[in-house]
Amino acid sequence: MYNPQLTKDGKLKHLLTIEGLPRAILNQILDTAESFVGVAEREVKKVPLLRGKTVCNIFFENSTRTRTTFEIAAKRLSADVINLNVNTSSQSKGETILDTVDNLTAMHADMFVVRHAESGAAHFIASHVAPHIHVINAGDGRHAHPTQGLLDVFTIRRYKPEMHNLRVALVGDVLHSRVARSEIHALTTLGVPEVRVIAPKTLLPKDVEKLGVQVYHDMDKGLKDVDVVMMLRLQNERMSGALLPSAQEYFKCYGLTPEKLLLARPDAIVMHPGPMNRGVEIDSAVADGKQSVILPQVTYGIAVRMAVMSILAGNSE
Amino acid sequence: MKIHIKNGRLIDPKHHIDATQDIFLAAGRIAGIGEAPANFVANQVIDASGLIVCPGLVDVSARLREPGNEYKATLESEMRAAVAGGITSLACPPDTDPVLDEPGLVEMLKHRAKQLHLSNVYPLGALTRQLAGQQLTEMSELTEAGCVGFAQADRAIVDTQVLWRAMQYAATFGFTVWLRPEEPYLAKNGIAHDGEVSARLGLKGIPVAAETLALGTILHIARETGAKVHLCRLSTAEGIDMIREAKQCGLNISCDISANHLHLTEHDIGFFDSNCHLKPPLRSQRDRDALRQGLADGTIDIACSDHTPVDDDSKLMPFGETEAGATGLELLLSLTLKWAMEQHIPLSQALARVTHAPADILGIDAGHLGLDARADLCIFDSDQYWKVEPKALLSQGKNTPFQGLELVGKVCYTLVNGQIVHEA
Repeated sequence: MYNPQLTKDGKLKHLLTIEGLPRAILNQILDTAESFVGVAEREVKKVPLLRGKTVCNIFFENSTRTRTTFEIAAKRLSADVINLNVNTSSQSKGETILDTVDNLTAMHADMFVVRHAESGAAHFIASHVAPHIHVINAGDGRHAHPTQGLLDVFTIRRYKPEMHNLRVALVGDVLHSRVARSEIHALTTLGVPEVRVIAPKTLLPKDVEKLGVQVYHDMDKGLKDVDVVMMLRLQNERMSGALLPSAQEYFKCYGLTPEKLLLARPDAIVMHPGPMNRGVEIDSAVADGKQSVILPQVTYGIAVRMAVMSILAGNSE
Repeated sequence: MKIHIKNGRLIDPKHHIDATQDIFLAAGRIAGIGEAPANFVANQVIDASGLIVCPGLVDVSARLREPGNEYKATLESEMRAAVAGGITSLACPPDTDPVLDEPGLVEMLKHRAKQLHLSNVYPLGALTRQLAGQQLTEMSELTEAGCVGFAQADRAIVDTQVLWRAMQYAATFGFTVWLRPEEPYLAKNGIAHDGEVSARLGLKGIPVAAETLALGTILHIARETGAKVHLCRLSTAEGIDMIREAKQCGLNISCDISANHLHLTEHDIGFFDSNCHLKPPLRSQRDRDALRQGLADGTIDIACSDHTPVDDDSKLMPFGETEAGATGLELLLSLTLKWAMEQHIPLSQALARVTHAPADILGIDAGHLGLDARADLCIFDSDQYWKVEPKALLSQGKNTPFQGLELVGKVCYTLVNGQIVHEA
């Protein structure tokens, strides 16, 4: 099937979603990221791979964290970085996404890092940019957040190298989560044999099992003997209403506490894409505990984003 | 003007004709079939050798975008598209701007359409003022102005008390109520079928229950009030089962589906193809197969174009922000033929679904070739393939999920009131 992310000869042209990417490309990204982990520890934290290139962070939806990590990654590769927050007000002035993209193309940008509140926005932009431009999806609606998915499997690989022998549980709001979708595709593509999702029925999409996951509603059963627990963020506006009665009840049923973590394997690691709601989806004792790899995730996030950018730049025609 | 159409394969589903026969037209009417009437001297002879001659198609849902949305399409562009697709009569839903809830607007639309001398236009009036679902329209006055039924287009009546009264009132006069069953709360902000594809792509889903719940309510009220109801754009297997059962119970209902839904499923959205953003959403393969079967066994009475021309800009956005709809007038015949071919449905039975069945439900004298009937005809080549190229479409809306596809069935001539209005 035609894959809009790949060049005709099968190389990565854009990174829009993990779904449909061959395992070899995922491994290439993870292996390349491995080589960038050391860069941050050097005195001069820079490599010249993107020197003379312009990376444009176009954020139609606000985000400080993700934008910052992309910015640091691009700067460590010696690229020039432009940050553009196209908030909803300038869109309501009538400029369409394509107008914005065309303007930036006219300014000779080489790479777009795009975040947008609508699923499919990154695909849409990638299908309309000039052929020399690479698009990286930094989150589109509920659809995908591929660099987050990649940095999560990178982290898992570092702590649990035997991917083909793991049980991984994702806990929380899968329905609204682009992170969950990207994590699921990354894990199944890399051959993780058992991926579980644990959530109340209101926070799971219909037919979620068709993504290749096992569904649990009871957290105690779902966490039994898992090697990795990946917590998902619960947005404030979803904590009370028709999806959930209250944050308190959610924490009681689906919050990760030290007691619940005991059900997982003793060497299990705990992950969270951030920003965390302590006391809603995760207990501070777990978040700051010795099984938590939440901060290494952030560190590796930069290496993974450097890897993606350098591979894309290397695949220019 | 007298026209003699010779050597064609004449198919008139209503009168069970399917044979090579000549047909003779005079004074805008059908003057003879098989044999020429006495003293008939043709001004023009059309040689239809190797072609099908059938009644002009009747489409129950064509948005012409006038008044109010002329940047999307105009009456003239869409009526030209209609005749290019062999459609000689069409009903248009009331969701124009302003809404068709005033007799004056209906008269003006009919008048403007008539002056173009293309297809015959039959407006569906608004069932409630502004389609707001609160106050009834003057249905009797609107009928006098030319409305053939009353519809809500894509706007549901939320208040069941109003829905009940509207159906009661329409039943008083024998007017047909046209409703698309969709429960507005369950469908709120939804843009795709709630299923595998929406789970994968992260699109907000519209569950099957949005259709079946609304359908249940409508059928119930139809039973209580005795209203004649036409259900528009069914999309689910469960919905079709409910219709089948209700018909078996003798309820006075009919229903249609869009030709898009005969062929496409949620998977056609692919990588967020906004041309597949439709209302109702494209559903699962199981649903599509049930629609194909339902149209074959008569549970579904009509296939329609659900013609909804959208300007390019409104489709050039991320999927969820795009406007729903697809252009359809020029594809209805081919999509019907494609279904018939794939399901091994006899041509005559397939054409019935787009000719006399819709005419009967609209209550208009069209869609057949009876003696002295209005001479609305479509002459097409059932073997010729054509490629759907947006630029070549006459409709101002170029948005179709079928672009680039080769479809069978090329319209050669369209005649309205005995005049050739399209010739390819």
